[in-house]
Amino acid sequence: TKTRDTLKEKLAFVSKGKTEVDDEFLEELENILVAADVGVETTLDIVDAITERSKGKTYRSEEELNAMVMEEIRKLLVESSHDHPVDFDAPLSAKPYVIMIVGVNGAGKTTSVAKLAHNYDKAGKKVVIAAADTFRAAAYEQLKIWADRAGVPIIGQGQGADPASVVFDSVSSAVSKGTDVVLVDTAGRLHNKSHLMEELAKIMRVAKKKIPEAPHEVLLVLDGTTGQNAVQQAREFTKFVNVTGLVVTKLDGTSKGGIVLSISRELNLPVKYIGVGEKIDDLQLFDRGSFVEALLEKENGKAEG
Amino acid sequence: MFDNLSDKLELTFRKLAGQATINEVNIGIAMRDIKRALLSADVNYKVAKKLVEDIREKSLGESVIKSVSPAQMIVKIVNDELTEIMGGENQPLNLPPKKIPAIVMVAGLQGSGKTTFCAKLAKRLKKNGKNPILVAADVYRPAAVEQLKTLGQQIDVPVFSVEEQDAMKAALGGLEAARSGAKDVVIVDTAGRLQIDEAMMAEAAALKNRLSPDELLFVVDSMMGQEAVNTAKAFNDRLDFDGVVLTKLDGDARGGAALSIRQVVEKPIKFMSVGEKVDDLDVFYPDRMAQRILGMGDIVSFVEKA
Ligand SMILES: Nc1nc2c(ncn2[C@@H]2O[C@H](COP(=O)(O)OP(=O)(O)OP(=O)(O)O)[C@@H](O)[C@H]2O)c(=O)[nH]1
Ligand SMILES: Nc1nc2c(ncn2[C@@H]2O[C@H](COP(=O)(O)OP(=O)(O)OP(=O)(O)O)[C@@H](O)[C@H]2O)c(=O)[nH]1
Ligand SMILES: [Mg+2]
Ligand SMILES: [Mg+2]
Repeated sequence: TKTRDTLKEKLAFVSKGKTEVDDEFLEELENILVAADVGVETTLDIVDAITERSKGKTYRSEEELNAMVMEEIRKLLVESSHDHPVDFDAPLSAKPYVIMIVGVNGAGKTTSVAKLAHNYDKAGKKVVIAAADTFRAAAYEQLKIWADRAGVPIIGQGQGADPASVVFDSVSSAVSKGTDVVLVDTAGRLHNKSHLMEELAKIMRVAKKKIPEAPHEVLLVLDGTTGQNAVQQAREFTKFVNVTGLVVTKLDGTSKGGIVLSISRELNLPVKYIGVGEKIDDLQLFDRGSFVEALLEKENGKAEG
Repeated sequence: MFDNLSDKLELTFRKLAGQATINEVNIGIAMRDIKRALLSADVNYKVAKKLVEDIREKSLGESVIKSVSPAQMIVKIVNDELTEIMGGENQPLNLPPKKIPAIVMVAGLQGSGKTTFCAKLAKRLKKNGKNPILVAADVYRPAAVEQLKTLGQQIDVPVFSVEEQDAMKAALGGLEAARSGAKDVVIVDTAGRLQIDEAMMAEAAALKNRLSPDELLFVVDSMMGQEAVNTAKAFNDRLDFDGVVLTKLDGDARGGAALSIRQVVEKPIKFMSVGEKVDDLDVFYPDRMAQRILGMGDIVSFVEKA
């Protein structure tokens, strides 16, 4: 027999044989949502909404009960959306259009920069990559390989250089060469390290010296396997740089990335792209409706026991 | 949410005025607080549930000592329970002294901190009088070899690599280089992989079979959420690793994943990575991790490092 593997199946199972919402039901519901990394706050909001709505009610069938639950979940996860995915061939509001990519260590920033470069290039835009991670071992070499694969130029100054100065160079070059998009790869940094966060703010300031509106976008890259800490990351990064959107990576695994739903609810940050693999074309525009459906349909790792 | 479980519990008990003892009523509410605290710290929900049941049993059986409040009493019980699950004592790296070269292999998800850890471990072993060699068996990630070479240079430890995209060839070549170069420890860095990537998991299993590492370490990001358990279990089912390395603990994640992994795969956590630099490695202290998960600070180990 098929086991209850997807979130949807699990949710349907909780309603089995039930026509009322009781404590056991609520407890299971809470477990299921937490297990999807939806986040404790969001989970409790959903549980509260369902408790409220079902107060004193008896449903005609388990199906009807389940339908009510699914409706509430979708309402909270989908309809609180502020996302507006923009395709790569849409016209940009400025030229050059400067996009800065930030995030904690190992989240997938450099790979995402490469994927974005590839997509903008494919859409016929002239792209340059700024190698502003001058700290991590072989960060430049990694980015250079990616830039070559995407077929776009890269500007860097080597390890130990001042990242702000790399960005200034890149933006200046983009202005003089009529480049459409400047993609700035930055070093990974944990959001609780104030000196590293200050460095980001400095990079922004220096970019503004050349173009007052720059950076036009700041994308915060989040690893899809991250748990509750992702909310903290988003909160701190937005304090230092004006984050305009999220990129959620590594969603080709079994992780559900549910935490981004919490982030966009709590911090009002739109999710723009999702990373679904290690290859250059493994980037997709974010579509909340299908993301939530995917979350509901995603199989749980068989290992969970 | 709240930052500190003990504050939260104090509040809970204060609200239940006049309740100086632990009883069926107040324990129920306290347990809900504890469970939420654990979930907020990314402890797996199943593990959290089981833990709360155990703690409940223990708390009820406990007669409250006069000098402490019921809240303090429960916090102590929770803390002891977590510490015990986490393994109690620190478990060292287990390299057989007579086997030359001894072999360490790492594995884990993408970006978890494997390559950096390999360099840190090499530096640590070198300081302890060993003569290590690093082997670049990540043949996929762009500039993975360059990264390891750069780190090797920083710590003055040789790095073996091959041109071909062949992890086995790199690993066996590295072993050979260790023998001919009189190295006593081989540290094999591998590519990041997802547990559902069959080909990549098979590669890791093949590497393990051929190398028979003395320590196969699973490297995991301390920021991981509920998925940590499934990942660890899948890697363990496939590779039967010897221990765990928890990384990026210089961040502010509570690290409840550590507890879940420890509970579910029953392998010791041996090291914690606490920064990007090659010196930022520490042995793992279960008691401090317990306090961190409960939001009671983990200052000690960082203070000691400095
Ligand atoms: N499976 C999968 N792996 C990814 C994805 N995005 C990135 N990765 C992998 O994650 C690892 C880290 O990616 P990077 O792009 O180097 O991450 P980063 O944020 O630039 O890392 P630092 O610069 O070191 O902070 C690499 O092994 C990538 O191949 C994704 O969407 N799916
Ligand atoms: N702050 C902090 N950063 C770390 C720590 N360990 C590793 N990093 C950083 O995390 C990022 C990824 O580390 P790597 O060692 O490249 O990770 P990996 O597992 O080898 O990555 P792949 O080979 O792409 O799978 C880099 O930016 C490292 O500098 C740590 O303990 N603390
Ligand atoms: Mg990078
Ligand atoms: Mg690596």
